Amino acid sequence: MVPQTDNGNEMPPATLPVLSPGALFRRRFLRHRLAVVSAIVVALFYLVVAFADFLAYSDPTASNSQRALVPPQPIHFFDDGRFAPHVHGLERTRNPETYGLEYVADEAQTIPVVFFARGYEYRLLGLIPADRHLLGTEGAPAETSLFLLGADEQGRDLFSRIALAIRTSLLIGLAAVAVSIAAGIFFGTISGFYGGMVDLFIQRAIEILRSIPTIPLWMGLAAAIPPTWGITLVYFTVTLIIALVGWTQLARELRGRIMSLRGEDFVVAAELSGAGPGRIMFVHLLPQTTSHIIATTTLAIPAMIASETALGFLGLGLRPPAISLGVLLSTAQSLQNVALYSWMLIPAIPTAIVIIAFNFLGDGLRDAADPGG
Amino acid sequence: MRAGKSRSLGNFILYRTSISVVTIFAASVISFIIIQLPPGDFVSSYVAQLSQTGAIGSTESIEQLRRDYGLDQPMVVRYLRWAAGAIRGDFGMSLQWNREVSGLIGEYMGLTLMLAVLGLLLAWGLALPIGLYNAMYRGSMGDYAFSAFGMIGIAVPNFLLALFALFIGFRYFNADLGAIHSPRYVDAPWSVGRFFDALWHMLVPALILALAIMSRLVRVLRANLLDEMSRPYVVTARAKGMRELTLVLKYPLRLALNPFVSTIGLTLPTLISGSIIVSMVLNIPTLGPLLLQALQGQDMFLASAILLILSTLAVVGTLLSDLLLSWIDPRIRLES
Repeated sequence: MVPQTDNGNEMPPATLPVLSPGALFRRRFLRHRLAVVSAIVVALFYLVVAFADFLAYSDPTASNSQRALVPPQPIHFFDDGRFAPHVHGLERTRNPETYGLEYVADEAQTIPVVFFARGYEYRLLGLIPADRHLLGTEGAPAETSLFLLGADEQGRDLFSRIALAIRTSLLIGLAAVAVSIAAGIFFGTISGFYGGMVDLFIQRAIEILRSIPTIPLWMGLAAAIPPTWGITLVYFTVTLIIALVGWTQLARELRGRIMSLRGEDFVVAAELSGAGPGRIMFVHLLPQTTSHIIATTTLAIPAMIASETALGFLGLGLRPPAISLGVLLSTAQSLQNVALYSWMLIPAIPTAIVIIAFNFLGDGLRDAADPGG
Repeated sequence: MRAGKSRSLGNFILYRTSISVVTIFAASVISFIIIQLPPGDFVSSYVAQLSQTGAIGSTESIEQLRRDYGLDQPMVVRYLRWAAGAIRGDFGMSLQWNREVSGLIGEYMGLTLMLAVLGLLLAWGLALPIGLYNAMYRGSMGDYAFSAFGMIGIAVPNFLLALFALFIGFRYFNADLGAIHSPRYVDAPWSVGRFFDALWHMLVPALILALAIMSRLVRVLRANLLDEMSRPYVVTARAKGMRELTLVLKYPLRLALNPFVSTIGLTLPTLISGSIIVSMVLNIPTLGPLLLQALQGQDMFLASAILLILSTLAVVGTLLSDLLLSWIDPRIRLES
């Protein structure tokens, strides 16, 4: 072991290599292979968030009754032995026996699928006007011809909608976490620092909040959102509702950390130097808990994403025309959809993957932050 | 362990009970306020319904309706009236169903409890052998398989699991997981046969519900057992030639069992939340779908009553588990 002082202020003998707490943290984290892979997966998801419109090839709001419930469409990579990705044109027919709508591929009509094609207009990163998309079609608009993962009941391309839904749901997760960190840090720190009545009051409040089952509580709150509110306001409210319970976990953990750090020498030193309680709490104590905050946050984000999805699924959170993973999944609520149009369940796959990846990443970070526990 | 004031069991019970009463009171206020939040009330949505069908009520009859339901009173008065009724078990009338809320809830309560209790029992019943196996055969293929499976069980939210199960059941087994009564029992009154039939059909939903809780328990049990199993007393017993399984069951397991009791408190709200959402996905007639309908139809008395009852269930369950634990393990009383 490398000799180290408790507060890291004194330099150990220069002959020994010394790793900073940060370097130790990184080293422990990188040893956790599953967590590293998960970190990459999470990073990829946030790339999707940043470039959702670029990845989507069809206007996610353009409904087209002629293309309702198109099943996922195969891409053909070769045409006469030559590499030329294409899809076939779609012919809409009615099944003479069941009278159900069916789509038949028109082999004669090939629609080339190309990279960096022009499509609907959007703003890259919300700023730069653009109309290039990663994929697209030539000769016919993508909105009527390309359905990699099928179309919903309004003929909107599911692939493009999933890309945008990931953006919404992951951003809501981040926003809700930001709100709950702010609340968790504030209440956790003052609760741990002052102790006594303040602590008793905050801890009882947290206990009460936590003993109410969350799903019914969220349902009640979400149902209270007036149907007349605009998308932005609903976004904001859903974020707050999800954060309402989320902050308690961080507040509890921080309280414990702050309490144990409270008696350290550096706190006494700061007090003697005339630092006020605010300065001691937020300048001296809080930075000591950074790795904890990061780990708890990472574990909180998937819970937030899951909550948004669950509420949207029940039709209580975000509502159409908003596009989120929960909204997309709410169509899978009827058994008929699950059975006949199974591709409507596809949004559940990225939801599950991102939630699992975040959990593994959070576990790895927590182990790295707190190797003992 | 922090040194605290020593407390007698009696004082501890008093303290925990009073906290629970305060919590239930807070939950009742929250449930009541939440339901009153949306603009308009049941009468206005009822009137909207009436005018859609062409039967427009006069202003006086609308006002009469409001007075009958006490909607013209200030919020505090309405809360006090409602709370006074709730204590006596009278939650008012469900406006959607035109029935007594208490009777309606009573009807759905059985299946709600059945699902939650079955979920808890499955979680415990499976966590014990799996945790034991994982600790005794640490590093084996089985240990890795269960651990990996468990991590996914913790991570994937149970409504997604329910959705996947619903799809698989429908696609490959042609079974509707939400149908918890066999055809011959659907309209039959409750009987022993109907009870076991429902229990049988609840197994898959309860498993979905149990998975996350089970995986957490397995994790804690495995870690606790491993801690215990390297202790000198275990080595001594082994050196004396005691059979491994007998040894583990007799000593370390007992010490490692605490989390089973101590986590009930945290588990119950999760369990109730989970049973609500799982039964909504699978469409099992528990309080979950009833709550969703009530919220959508602004059926305030029904919705507040369900919210209050679910919270009370969780709080009372937590209280019981705390008392049980303090009786088993007196150290708990010293904390907090």
